[in-house]
Amino acid sequence: MSLRRTLAVTGRVLAQIRRDRRTLVMLVVLPTLLMSLLWWMYEESPAPIFDRIGPALLAIFPFIVMFLVTSVTTLRERSSGTLERLLAMPLGKGDFLLGYALAFGLLAAVQSGVAVAVSVGLLGLEITGSVAMLVVVAIVDAVLGTALGLLVSAFATTEFQAVQFMPAIVVPQILLCGLLVPRDSLPSVLEAISDVLPLSYAVDAMTHLVTSTGTGDVWSDLAVVAGFVVAGLALGSATLRRRTP
Amino acid sequence: MNNVVEASGLRVVRGKREVLHGLDFSIRAGEVTGLLGPSGCGKTTLMRALVGVQAKVTGSLTVLGRPAGAAALRPKIGYVTQEASVYEDLTVTENLKFFTRVLGAPRSAVSDAIETVDLIDHKDQVVRDLSGGQRSRVGLAAALLGSPELLVLDEPTVGLDPVLREQLWGTFRDLATAGVGVIVSSHVMDEAERCDRLLLMRDGAFLADGSPAEIKQKASADDIEHAFLALVRGAVR
Repeated sequence: MSLRRTLAVTGRVLAQIRRDRRTLVMLVVLPTLLMSLLWWMYEESPAPIFDRIGPALLAIFPFIVMFLVTSVTTLRERSSGTLERLLAMPLGKGDFLLGYALAFGLLAAVQSGVAVAVSVGLLGLEITGSVAMLVVVAIVDAVLGTALGLLVSAFATTEFQAVQFMPAIVVPQILLCGLLVPRDSLPSVLEAISDVLPLSYAVDAMTHLVTSTGTGDVWSDLAVVAGFVVAGLALGSATLRRRTP
Repeated sequence: MNNVVEASGLRVVRGKREVLHGLDFSIRAGEVTGLLGPSGCGKTTLMRALVGVQAKVTGSLTVLGRPAGAAALRPKIGYVTQEASVYEDLTVTENLKFFTRVLGAPRSAVSDAIETVDLIDHKDQVVRDLSGGQRSRVGLAAALLGSPELLVLDEPTVGLDPVLREQLWGTFRDLATAGVGVIVSSHVMDEAERCDRLLLMRDGAFLADGSPAEIKQKASADDIEHAFLALVRGAVR
């Protein structure tokens, strides 16, 4: 592992994204547009539904976007031969994965920063806790998407397959994370499943921030999500093989 | 002269099939060694084994004094695959700068490599917009960056303009003169004469190992193409 190499990977990934203007714009703008759409949908509703589900979506959007972007980019890296070239060079697997996580983490910071600023500033999302913490949680969620995306790209041989992992891995987590039905009202089997899914903790962290000023629960939820990130990156690194058949 | 590669009883299994059947050979520093044979004979597998990215390799394979694939070898080997293996959405310079940083090579390596492969006019172009031959030259430039002691080049001259091909063989020659071990694969027999030494390969085994002159003499043929045919008939008979 070396900082120079890790940063080289980060710089290169960002250079590729910068060149791809359309992706860049979508990364930054899409979550904010979707939040605005949601706000508009409930504008005339008497119940404070936007305040209830808005925070969960601030956790979910960066997760989905980064999952998709990462799984497709790493798959491209595997199929174009560049990964093989890199692994034949003095590049640690950790350099590669952390380089990616760092690049997408930075993009996530911009993306979430804009989404939180618009949601809280313009759309009037009520937040009891700290706004800065909200951004931190959103970034960790995005990095979670990156880690899982890196992992599943190992199991996909085409970009079609990689995209199919989204309904397989992401959608069940969205259904069970407490967005549609509070987690403690789920049938007990499903509640147990939702207890071991990382997105549940990401959404819990957001909900705590909105409803209370205490940060203890937020930190413990965040620790669970970070644990999943580390596990995802470690498993992803095990799938990067220097020797292939 | 010292050997950069020594192999004995080298076997590789892919899937359930053995594709290299117990090869014994060595590659010397300061020489251009040609690995010649038809498509599918195992040239790429052999090169991947040298570089240390091929799975299921048995037998003994030593590269620059260490077992092939050792971490200490990675900065010392330049490897060009048949695909360009560079980032399509970056420019030539951006690609090479990135690989230079990964290798920890000096910055000047970028412009030197661009000059060597004759891409100065295209250095700020995005790789996606380059022709096939230009792309493969970017891949070659990337392999030259770290001043490698062993260059493993898998069909580097396919589809190139004859003038450029001539130039690149000149470059391989210069590198060898500077002491680098160069191994170049090709399925085009007319490139054989440019090598100091040839390994003629067919179906995962060597038909012949020697200088072009020695091989032609052994097979009583005027050129390597006919020598190859004569050796195949001899082996079958």
